[in-house]
Amino acid sequence: MPKVIKTKTEFEGRTLEEYVVVEGEGLEPWEPHAPLKFVGKGISRIDGPERATGKALYTCDVQLPGMLYGKILRSPHPHAKIKKIDTHRAEKLPGVRAVLSSHNTPKISFRRQTFLFDEIVRYVGDEVACVIADSEEIAQDALELIEVEYEPLPFVLDPEEALQPDAPKVHSWGNLLNGEPEVYERGDLNRGWAEAHVIVEGTFRTQCALHNCMEPHGSVALWEGDTLTVWDSTQHIFGVREGLARLLGLPLHKVRVIKKYMGGGFGSKNNLGKYTVIAALGAKVTGRPVKIILDRHEENLAAGNRPSSVQHLKIGAKHDGTLTALELKALVAAGAYCLWPPSLGGPARELYLCPNVKTAQYTVFTNTGPLSAFRAPGYVEGTFALESLMDELAKKLALDPLELRLKNYAEFDQTTGRPYSTKGLRECYERGAKLFGWPKRPESSGRFRRGFGMASQIWSGNGMPPAYALVKINPDGSATVITGTQDIGTGTKTVLAQIAAEELGFPMEKISVEIGDTQTGLYAPLSAGSMTVASVGPAVRMAAHDARQQLLEVAAQVLEVPRESLTISDGRLKSPALKEPITVQEVLKNLENFMIIGRGAREPNPQDVTVNTFGAQFAEVTVDPETGAVKVERIVALHDSGRVINPLTLSSQVEGGIIQGLGYALYEQRVMDRNTGIVVNGNLEHYKIPTVLDVPEILCDMIDRPDLRANNLGAKGVGEPPIIPTAAAIANAVADALGVRIFELPITRDRVLKALGKE
Amino acid sequence: MATKAARPKRLKVTVRGPGKTQIQLIVNGQAHEVLVEPRRTLLDTLRKDLGLTGAKNACDEGTCGACTVLLDGKPIYACMALAIECDGRSLETIEGLAQAGKLHPIQQAFIEEDALQCGFCTPGQIMAVKALLDSNPKPTLDEVKRALSGNLCRCGAYLKIVKAALRAAELLEKAQGDTYAQSHKD
Repeated sequence: MPKVIKTKTEFEGRTLEEYVVVEGEGLEPWEPHAPLKFVGKGISRIDGPERATGKALYTCDVQLPGMLYGKILRSPHPHAKIKKIDTHRAEKLPGVRAVLSSHNTPKISFRRQTFLFDEIVRYVGDEVACVIADSEEIAQDALELIEVEYEPLPFVLDPEEALQPDAPKVHSWGNLLNGEPEVYERGDLNRGWAEAHVIVEGTFRTQCALHNCMEPHGSVALWEGDTLTVWDSTQHIFGVREGLARLLGLPLHKVRVIKKYMGGGFGSKNNLGKYTVIAALGAKVTGRPVKIILDRHEENLAAGNRPSSVQHLKIGAKHDGTLTALELKALVAAGAYCLWPPSLGGPARELYLCPNVKTAQYTVFTNTGPLSAFRAPGYVEGTFALESLMDELAKKLALDPLELRLKNYAEFDQTTGRPYSTKGLRECYERGAKLFGWPKRPESSGRFRRGFGMASQIWSGNGMPPAYALVKINPDGSATVITGTQDIGTGTKTVLAQIAAEELGFPMEKISVEIGDTQTGLYAPLSAGSMTVASVGPAVRMAAHDARQQLLEVAAQVLEVPRESLTISDGRLKSPALKEPITVQEVLKNLENFMIIGRGAREPNPQDVTVNTFGAQFAEVTVDPETGAVKVERIVALHDSGRVINPLTLSSQVEGGIIQGLGYALYEQRVMDRNTGIVVNGNLEHYKIPTVLDVPEILCDMIDRPDLRANNLGAKGVGEPPIIPTAAAIANAVADALGVRIFELPITRDRVLKALGKE
Repeated sequence: MATKAARPKRLKVTVRGPGKTQIQLIVNGQAHEVLVEPRRTLLDTLRKDLGLTGAKNACDEGTCGACTVLLDGKPIYACMALAIECDGRSLETIEGLAQAGKLHPIQQAFIEEDALQCGFCTPGQIMAVKALLDSNPKPTLDEVKRALSGNLCRCGAYLKIVKAALRAAELLEKAQGDTYAQSHKD
C-alpha cells in the first residue's frame, strides 16, 4: 500500500520539504564487506562503443525527414525596449518558412521574469525573434533582414552598482532578488567577536565562468497530430516535459521528451530553455520538424554561467585556533534572470565548528547573461573565500593550515543539529596529507617559487525521491532496466547495469539499460546536485530485487524445489535439490513469452541524520615571479562519497572536476565590455578552458566506506565534490609560494605580478 | 650564368556557384557525388548531406577539434574546410575506423582506459590519435600531448585520453607484429 510521508531533503545548499509516496518494504543496504561481484568494480562503460564509434546519437545529430532549422535573433543592446519588428524582408527570402516574434506567438511567461519574446530585452543576447528555414545558412541570412527598432534604456552591469538606489532597474520590481538578502544566523556574532583573540578578514572576488559544454544547447521538435516529441540536450527530461506541457497548455501524456546521449551540461542544462519552446512553436506553425542548436557564441551569451561574486568574509578565533565567529556577506550577479541562485554561504555555515555564524547573500539582477547552476554552484566560490581566509588565519596564528582545520572539525551538522550519517573528512585529511607529503614542501630553487596548499570540501550529494525503475526479465534470461534518468556523461547507464546485475545475480552482458525517454521511462530527478546514482540507483536495486523474488517464485514452481533453497548467480539458478545449476533461460523456456516485471522506488532520506559528502585536496604549484605564470604541478584528492560503485568512471569524474577547477582557478573568465555590455570572449579561442597541456599529475583516491543510512546502496554523489576545493587549494598554494595572497580569481599572470609589486 | 626567366604558372580557376555545385568526396574509401553550395563546410556536408554525424559541430570556427577528420591522411578541422576544397580528395572519418563490427585498437583503448565521459569530443580525439599514430607509431608522452593539444575536452578526460593513445600505440604494434608473424607462417 502506498504511504505518503513528509521529508526534508537538501539540494545544493538549501533544504526542501516535500511529500514522498513510499511503496513496499525497504531494502537493507549491502553490508560494508559483502562480497559483491559487480558493484565496486572498475567496469568500462557499457555504452563506450557507441560513443567511441560516432554512433551515439546526440540531440544535435537528430535529422528528421523534412526537418527545418531555426536561428534566433538576439538583442545587441544590454537593455532596450523593442519599438518595432519588421520581418517582411526576412519572410520573403526563398527558403524561409516562418519568422517567430512577439507579433505572432502567444505571450508565454518565462521564469515569471520575462516572456518567450519580451518587449523589453535585458542583456546582449536576449531573444528577439527566430527564423525557421530550409537550412541553417538561409536562416542565418534571414536574420540580417529582420529590422528591429530599439529604444535603448539605461543599463547596469556591475552587481555592486546595481544595488545603489539610483541604479537602472533590470526589472520593474528592483534589482535585488526577492527584495531582500537571504540571511542565515546562529549563535551571537557579537559575543563571537568579543571572545576572539584574533580576527582576520578579506574581500574575495570570483569571476563569471562559462560552462562551454562541448555539445551546445538545442532541441528538435516534431508534432505528430496533437503529440509533441522533443529531442533535447537536457539534464532533466521530465522537467522539460512538465515545462513544455505547462507553457503550451498540453496534457503530460501528449509531450514526449527524449535524450539518449548528451555532450555535457554541468548544470547549464537543468531547465527548460527558450529555444525548446521556440522549436515546438516553429514546428507547429510550419507543420515540419524544427531543429534549433545554439552556436558557440550564443552558448556563451545565453546558456547560463557561474555568476561572479564579491564576498566579504570575517573570521574570529582564539589563540589556539578555535573559531569563535564567522561572518559572510556575499554579492552574486544573477544576470538578467534567475531561477535558482547558488548558495555561497554553504561552506561557511557547515564546514567548520563555529557557534556564532551569520551569512547574508544578495543576489542581484544585472543586464548580463542569466546565471544557471554550474557544478557545485556557490560552494566552489564560497570554498575559495573560506579556505583562503582559513589559511590567512593559520598564518596569523602560526599554525599549520591542516592543524587549524582539524582543530575546528565539525562532528555534526550545525545547521540542523543532526549528526552526519558518516563523515570521512578526517580520513581524507590524513590519507591525503600522507600521499601528498604534507607539510614538507620542497625548497624553491632558481627563479621559480614553489608552494603547497590544501582545501576541504563539503556538499550534499545525498539524492532524493521520487525516482522509479522497472526491471524486466526477458524469456531468454536477459534483463532490461527501465527508468527515466539521463546519462550526462557520468556513466549512469553503466552504474545502473552494475547494480541490477548484482541484485539479480546475472552477468553484466545480460543487462541493458533504457533511459532518457519520458514516454517509456519512469520519473527520475534531474541529473544535477550529484544525486543521480543516489536517487535512481536505489530504485533500480529495488526493482531488480522485486524481479529476482518473482523469478525465484516462478523457478521454484517450475523446478519443483523449495523456494528457500534457490539462489541465483551468473544467470544460473542453484539449489541443493538440483543436480546441477540451471540457466534462467532454461527455466523460463516452457513459459512461452512470460515476462517478469520488477518495480522499484527510491525510499525517503533519513530524517534524523544529515547525509553529506566530504573531501580534501592538496596542490603543489610553481610560480615564475618574472612572468607571473602559475603552473600546477600536482593535485592529490581524497573524497568520501560513501560506497564506490565504479572506481573507473568515478576517477574520471574526479579528474574532470579537478581539471575544471584548475581552469576556474587560473584561466577562465568571461570578459565584458563595460561600455556596451557585450561579451568580448564568448568563444573557445579567447575563453580559455584547460587543454591537455595544462593538466597536472592528479592522484585521486576514495574513502569508499558505505553510508548505511544514506540509501540501500550506501553510495552518495561524486559529480560535484571534486571541483569544490580545487581553486581554493591552488590559491592557497600560490599564496604559499609568493608569501602574499591574491584575493581574486582567476589567478592570472597580471594579478601575480601585481601581488609581487611588479605592475 | 644566365637563367631563363621562369614562366608564370598558368592558374587553373574553377568558378563555382552561385547555387549548388557537384563535387566528389571519397569518404572512408567510398566515393560520393554531392551537390553543395560553395559556402557549405566540409563538416556540414559530412553531417547533413552524407549523414555521417560522428564528427561533431561544437564551435564551427576551428577552436575545439570536435570535428577532426583526416584529409589525405592529415588531421583537419572539418568546420574550417569548404566541401568544394575537398573535391576529389580522400577523407577518413570516425565511421571508417571500426571494420566489420570490430573496433579499431584506438577505440578499444579509449573504452578500456575510460578516456571519455560525455563522448562528444571523442570522435575528434580518436581521429587526432589516428593521425598521430599513422605518422608516428611510437610517440612519446610529449608527442601525444602536442598532437592532442588542439582537441578540447570539457569533461576533462585528458589524462585518460593520453593513456589511451599510448595504449593504442602498443595494441597497434602488437597487432602488426601478429600480422607479420602470421604472414611469415603462411
